[in-house]
Amino acid sequence: MQTLRLYRSTVGKKAVMAVTGVGMLLFVVGHMIGNLSVFSGPAAIDGYARWLREIGVVWPLRFGLLLCVGLHMVAAVQLARRARKARPQGYEHGRRPQSYAARTMRWGGVIITLFVVYHLLDLTAGVANPHGVQGEVYNNLVADFQLWYVVLAYTVAVLALGLHIRHGAWSALQSLGVTAPRGIALVVAGVICAGYLSVPAAVVLGVVS
Amino acid sequence: MKLTLRIWRQSGPTGALVTYPLDDLSPDMSFLEMLDVLNESLVVRGEEPVAFDHDCREGICGMCGLMINGVAHGPEKATTACQLHLRHFSDGDTITVEPWRAKPFPVLRDLVVDRSALDRIVESGGYISVPTGSAPDAHATPVPKESADAAFTSAACIGCGACVAACPNGSAMLFTAAKATHLGSLPQGQPERWSRAQDMVQTHDDLGFGGCTNAGECTPACPKGIPLTTIAQLNRDLLRSHLR
Ligand code: SF4
Ligand code: FES
Repeated sequence: MQTLRLYRSTVGKKAVMAVTGVGMLLFVVGHMIGNLSVFSGPAAIDGYARWLREIGVVWPLRFGLLLCVGLHMVAAVQLARRARKARPQGYEHGRRPQSYAARTMRWGGVIITLFVVYHLLDLTAGVANPHGVQGEVYNNLVADFQLWYVVLAYTVAVLALGLHIRHGAWSALQSLGVTAPRGIALVVAGVICAGYLSVPAAVVLGVVS
Repeated sequence: MKLTLRIWRQSGPTGALVTYPLDDLSPDMSFLEMLDVLNESLVVRGEEPVAFDHDCREGICGMCGLMINGVAHGPEKATTACQLHLRHFSDGDTITVEPWRAKPFPVLRDLVVDRSALDRIVESGGYISVPTGSAPDAHATPVPKESADAAFTSAACIGCGACVAACPNGSAMLFTAAKATHLGSLPQGQPERWSRAQDMVQTHDDLGFGGCTNAGECTPACPKGIPLTTIAQLNRDLLRSHLR
């Protein structure tokens, strides 16, 4: 009963978004560290991918992430609909909200979701990959980043993710009742953007080929 | 100085912006004095004066809520509309004046909205239980300095509703948090601390206010600068009340 009352409240929904958001953020960090093994050559990253399968974390991780994405999105949609109902008539004299990151959370989330779908088709299923050989992670991603539009889509998605984290990481703490300076979120977002973008940059610059 | 006002006029279910050119204004006038001048001229012309809320005109009662060029209480930081002076505008400016917009704040007339929803939130938890009868000893309950300061920061809220008006979600969480943190920071407020958080948030939600998504638009609009940390405090209290 108590849990249900909490979940029904707007604060409870933000807590759900915070917890699932932190879960996904931890995954994003882990994924980034894994990506960086590309700099140690094909054997390292292909071996890392094989090792993940062998220790059996892939499927539990997928279920966990799916659950996080689902709960995060349901709460976000419910809050967005509440917000629309709370102001049926808007202002004639509009004004830009102060924070770009906060303003773009909802659409940014949609962009990231669409990218994740493509990303899974590209590098997990391999069907949208120009090389597309299971287990050849290194060759698959090098083939990907030969194409300018893949680099562009990837960059846009990473920047959208960074912006989402820029507001989201601080917001999650606030929702859970932890007062933290906003700068923390900026640092986290910056590190994640740099880490993820280093891979396509390395391919484009020929450091990784 | 000369200003052109576009003011929301509404006497029935819908309204519209009406333009009023004003001449001969003094930059030392307050925003509300300007509206008084306009109303005098409207009365002379036999038109309905513009209805707007006000009382103390010294920034302490919270009655004067106006959306001025899309900014709650206008462009000056930590200033109520009644304390805003025309010197902060330029000669020849066009200024749009609208009422607060939120479902739980129905427009009564022109710029006046019904803010009793905020009273409903206070009723649901903004109280403490004390034995009445003989006056308590002044030092019966020592209050640590930090607690007193925290309580006072929150107690500065004047219930104007600017936080709701400025929030992209139409949330009243800054107001609710200010009230809950005010009492929750004091020893006298501890007995009801957990039920207060639950009941005030529940009432806030039931009234149709939006949920707080930490957009951070409320504090810059708040004439008393109530900090976002009060919302974190309320979140913490609510979560703890359920996990206890
Ligand atoms: S929190 Fe600030 S803006 Fe909101 S009602 Fe109180 S004084 Fe007004
Ligand atoms: S009229 Fe009292 S605060 Fe403005």
